Amino acid sequence: MMYSEKVMDHFNHPRNVGELEDADGVGQVGNPVCGDIMKVYLKITDGVIEDVKFKTFGCGSAIATSSMATEMIKGKTIQEALTLTNAAVAEALDGLPAHKMHCSVLAEEAVKAALADYYTRRGEPVPPECQIDDADSCPLGQG
Amino acid sequence: MIYADNAATTRLSPGALAAMTPYLTQTYGNPSSLYSFAGEAKAALEEARETVARCLNARAEEVFFTSGGTESDNWALRGVAEALGKRGRHILLSAIEHHAVLHTGQWLKKQGFEVELLPVDDQGTVAPETLKKALRPDTILVSVMLANNEIGTIQPIEELAAIAHEGGAIFHTDAVQAVGHIPVDVQALGVDLLSLSGHKFHGPRGVGALYVKKGTPLLPLIHGGGQEHGRRSGTENVAGAVGLAAALRERQDALAADGPRLAALRDRLVQRVLRLPYARLTGHPTRRLPGLASFVFEAIEGESILLQLDARGICASSGSACSSTSLEPSHVLLAIGLPHPVAHGSVRLSFGEAVTEGEVDQVADSLTQVVHDLRAMSPVWDAAAGRPIW
Repeated sequence: MMYSEKVMDHFNHPRNVGELEDADGVGQVGNPVCGDIMKVYLKITDGVIEDVKFKTFGCGSAIATSSMATEMIKGKTIQEALTLTNAAVAEALDGLPAHKMHCSVLAEEAVKAALADYYTRRGEPVPPECQIDDADSCPLGQG
Repeated sequence: MIYADNAATTRLSPGALAAMTPYLTQTYGNPSSLYSFAGEAKAALEEARETVARCLNARAEEVFFTSGGTESDNWALRGVAEALGKRGRHILLSAIEHHAVLHTGQWLKKQGFEVELLPVDDQGTVAPETLKKALRPDTILVSVMLANNEIGTIQPIEELAAIAHEGGAIFHTDAVQAVGHIPVDVQALGVDLLSLSGHKFHGPRGVGALYVKKGTPLLPLIHGGGQEHGRRSGTENVAGAVGLAAALRERQDALAADGPRLAALRDRLVQRVLRLPYARLTGHPTRRLPGLASFVFEAIEGESILLQLDARGICASSGSACSSTSLEPSHVLLAIGLPHPVAHGSVRLSFGEAVTEGEVDQVADSLTQVVHDLRAMSPVWDAAAGRPIW
């Protein structure tokens, strides 16, 4: 098995799966050509992420990193969520195989896309931390 | 545990192990030595060769033992290319060959050969017309596999070999997935070269064979002590050859009963699994390996399916990108025209002869459940409408 026990735990028992009808921010990243799509829903009250749900199309590590990323921002302030990095998600899962690191990038990007949507809906400027560099996650999906 | 990955490798048959053991522990002499102790090993090797030849309807002197399917494929392609390189530089391979053939083709391309891929139809078949059109006066070799390892499609080799011969080309077939699973008769097929591998039919790993029709121009790939009549050097793997031959004979003897039984179980599985919406069987519906069923499921990804099946005690495999180290899905699934998103959701189940109806039903139920569960968490599956949102 190439995955850590933590990856397998989050794959077999993913936390926060689902959708939020009354979400304050929704972000979707990835594309079907590459075989990874993550969608994150955020419920935000007074600057705190009260609830978070995700849906993911992808491999074991895509599902596990989505689960872990949502766990890491649940109950946190937006400012804390903005500091989430893909490396931290991968580390929290006790590491990922090198060719699966792009899944953790996608998880970080999904959270930040949902936060960007939150700011946009409120008519506020999107913080620079939410800027997504799409180029590094899937070379197949370009063009 | 239900092992449904027999196209990857198989369990060594107890009969093959029993046949091999004496040549590892007692009669261990080097067959090329002069003393009589070595002669016993030599006799066993030649008996194994005759057994394999009989099973293929070949002559013993046309069977050469190798280290496996990959070496046999490398040898066939490079051996013919080097032997006939002065006559022509054009080589035709099917687009769905195993990497042992495709990557050898790429290597030959670097050596200045013109290697062209023959497209397949949406069921994975090379149409005889396609080959006819692609053949040129300088085509020296055509290689089309007998049965595909991912989608199970069986090619019309008799027709393809005849067309290649009319065009003056040598015909090789990679029969690694076919031998021991469907009847393989080199005379009826009309091939010049045929690769096989022991561990795909309950023989040992590390041993295979290449059938070389008498008179086929073929230079050696491995040089050294001149074993196998100077065509394949290296101290002979006597126990391996004996084990391969024993396993092949067992399979051959059981084929008439096992083949139809396995095909019926495969069809039972297919019928049950295809009750799922947006699920497809890949490969030819009937001209396919009896124990192999391959599917694609839309809106979910293959590696996730495999991990979920594993959690339920079922071993399977996938041609999805995520089950490999590249981002590309399998070249076979792309060659049969599947779009990338759909090819990502592939699963292959390959059963052994011992599989029971109960196990097949358990696989069908588990797979159905897994597809349901993964679709429930997929952002590209509309659960209410029961269809993907690509």
